Amino acid sequence: MTDLADLSILQAGDGLRAGNFTAVDLLTAHLRRAAVTESHLHAYLVIDRVGAMEAARAADEALASGDERPLLGIPVALKDNMVTRGVETTAASQILAGWTPPYDGTAVARLRAGGAVIVGKTNLDEFAMGSSTENSAYGPTRNPWDTDTVPGGSSGGSAAAVAVGSAMGGFGSDTGGSIRQPASLTGTVGVKPTYGLVSRYGLIAFASSLDQIGPIARTVADAATMLEVIAGWDRLDATSYRGDVPEISGSLDAGVGGLRVGVVTELSSEGIDPQVIDATVATVDRLSDAGAEVVEVSMPSTDYALSAYYLIAPAECSANLARFDGVRYGLRAKGETVEEMMAGTRGAGFGPEVIRRILLGTYALSAGYYDAFYGQAQRVRTLVRRDFAQAYQGVDVLVSPTSPTTAFPVGARSTDPIAMYYSDVCTIPSNLSGDPAISIPVGLDDAGLPIGFQVMAPALGEELMFRVAAEVERGAEFTARAPLASSEVVEA
Amino acid sequence: MPIDFDIARIAQLARIALTEEELEAYSAQLEQILEHAARVQALPTDGVEPTSHPLTMVNAFRPDEATACLDRDEVLSQAPDAEDGYFRVPKILDES
Repeated sequence: MTDLADLSILQAGDGLRAGNFTAVDLLTAHLRRAAVTESHLHAYLVIDRVGAMEAARAADEALASGDERPLLGIPVALKDNMVTRGVETTAASQILAGWTPPYDGTAVARLRAGGAVIVGKTNLDEFAMGSSTENSAYGPTRNPWDTDTVPGGSSGGSAAAVAVGSAMGGFGSDTGGSIRQPASLTGTVGVKPTYGLVSRYGLIAFASSLDQIGPIARTVADAATMLEVIAGWDRLDATSYRGDVPEISGSLDAGVGGLRVGVVTELSSEGIDPQVIDATVATVDRLSDAGAEVVEVSMPSTDYALSAYYLIAPAECSANLARFDGVRYGLRAKGETVEEMMAGTRGAGFGPEVIRRILLGTYALSAGYYDAFYGQAQRVRTLVRRDFAQAYQGVDVLVSPTSPTTAFPVGARSTDPIAMYYSDVCTIPSNLSGDPAISIPVGLDDAGLPIGFQVMAPALGEELMFRVAAEVERGAEFTARAPLASSEVVEA
Repeated sequence: MPIDFDIARIAQLARIALTEEELEAYSAQLEQILEHAARVQALPTDGVEPTSHPLTMVNAFRPDEATACLDRDEVLSQAPDAEDGYFRVPKILDES
């Protein structure tokens, strides 16, 4: 018999509505999977058994009365930088240890209103700063494909939970690739929506002009359904998009006949693992066989995107993280004066990567250096946006690898910030431009580790992006599951 | 341009208390990252307007109506120190 924790969200929804099993059964299967995998993975910071069971029971009552909401009764995991009322939320930082939020973020509120069952809060790099989920104050998360490797980051906990089956869907945030890169490293689908499509209210801010919440799932269709539930204007986020939510899952079966697909030269050559290149080329060939017209596109400014990002993101983070000062929530160090208390609290409460970025951002914004560093980075951001705009005059979507490599060993990059930052070289351009992008698993390397493929689309072009992603998924026939999710390991 | 900075001054501006050893370590790492980031200076950007935000929207207006806000006691229950409905902090002004 199929373990309920191995179904897709759409399959589970059908089963729930047909009365084949209950939401409590579904949750129980996922809690059981968590019970046997968490000691290997540490995907979760908190599992909310009591709250989840209450939500599952409520879902079963609604299902009995014919309620057809798509996420009703579906067990989901939330990255722990998403504020959840009544459930400890720390963003994996000591400075927020013990904080129990008095409110729900908008995406969380919409998931609750949609009947989703929140299993728990997942691990991340502290305040979403990192690409490996090693920078957590509460210990690293491991990759269920090989527990000697990292799951990517910063949304590594949600990605690992979805890959192993301790959640059906996960939510993360993507500032420079923090949804797509862990999706790539864990064989899952990860989406960064158009900037503004999902409200950021109640997302603990890292870099406000780049941050965006999005789904991690095991199928493209599941990811589309998850995004539809959380997308849309919110009066509590002044940067949220005011227009109608674009069509997202309407065209998944439409194919790519007649579409023009651009392969970004600069993101598909130098510094990319040869096996990742091979998988990318094979995927592009399949798109071509399916009827797409494939062209090479040069976007020279993307070579500078990483450098610009590492000035813009720290600058914004240094301002956003000023709120953690020991006054209103979390940790407080002793101090005779308020300044001594604040500096002591921040020195003791922030981890090394967060301090590094706050110092970098403080410097980049300081008098005398502002224009040379921050101002210049913002002008480079304009050039990146121009490159995208020009590319989209000739093609419908752009494609590249998601990550330059597959999952790397725990500890391999943790002492070298620049090597770690390079993990996001293919994903950062879409954050700078504000456009949507998705990662889809397309194969395994020789070590049996997943390879992801990225599809990028113009702003609010989600329908087109998901349409191409669905074709990539059909062509790749990626059915492999993480070894840790297999029943033999689970029984052991 | 040459990259020079006073790490102790930056840490003070950022309100982060660090030891001498920590300051030295961060100084070396910052220098390395800034050398990499300084690559942006190689790109000619004369006449290019900076992008501060990916959206073209300028202002977001809404009606000025009072709505429910967070419960004061619930919020203060999460504070490190509170008194009489307020956050309590060490002294800010020198009374001498």
